[in-house]
Amino acid sequence: MVPVSYYLILSAILFSLGTLGVLIRRNALVIFMSIELMLNAANLAFVAFTRVHESFDGQIFVFFVMAVAAAEVAVGLALVVAIYRSRQSIDIDQMNSLKG
Amino acid sequence: MTLELVLFFILAAIAIATAVGMLTSRSTVYAALHLVVNFVTVAIFYLLLDAPFIALSQVAVYAGAIMVLFLFVIMLLGIENIAGELAWKNLIWPVVMAVILMVEGIFLVIQRIGQNALVGATGTALSDPSLMAKVLFTDYLLPFEITAVLLLVAMIGAIVLSKHEKPAKGGQASS
Repeated sequence: MVPVSYYLILSAILFSLGTLGVLIRRNALVIFMSIELMLNAANLAFVAFTRVHESFDGQIFVFFVMAVAAAEVAVGLALVVAIYRSRQSIDIDQMNSLKG
Repeated sequence: MTLELVLFFILAAIAIATAVGMLTSRSTVYAALHLVVNFVTVAIFYLLLDAPFIALSQVAVYAGAIMVLFLFVIMLLGIENIAGELAWKNLIWPVVMAVILMVEGIFLVIQRIGQNALVGATGTALSDPSLMAKVLFTDYLLPFEITAVLLLVAMIGAIVLSKHEKPAKGGQASS
């Protein structure tokens, strides 16, 4: 048996690492992967709470988060492909055409 | 120390190591493969938390579908290596921010949750997918249907966005 706080602490660590990835990487694909990591960390917390409260709501929420993540990745990667076609780069520092 | 606790710490070490590996790897392919290992370890955590259906969806949807999509785009665009992409001198503030976020999260967890709630794979009713399906298709039927619409919209959006642009004809000029 593992204390539930260990799972929550692991979830917090993984979420922070995902945030760090979004902040330090300039590659749009790796930023997407970091966002997936953050969603995953949140899912881990949901499932841990499901186990504590003995209710299915958390697991069902994780199911919906997975569906939203799949949709987000499909649209996001399509955007990355479209941007790469027009700019020949996926470095987000170079995507500044809207800057005043 | 029980066996489950030992397993937890080994898996947590693997999960954190692969997350750090994803952040620091120069090659996008290695980052994706690190993330696959991370997803699989999280799936094992779900098994430890009595959620086998979520664990298998995790492997099928995240480690399977989503990461294959990532690898497919990496191969399609040929962007495996981006030299000098990680600027080390700009690293201090992001790391400070992330550490603050982590300390805050851990502090809140320790403050709010007592250490007493123990969880483990004991085979409760929670691990029965048919009971979960019953809840999903009664209480959560409307969100489930909305998810179907969301996936359809995402699919149409992805097709529209990644379509090759033809030379503009008429007034429908595309940039």
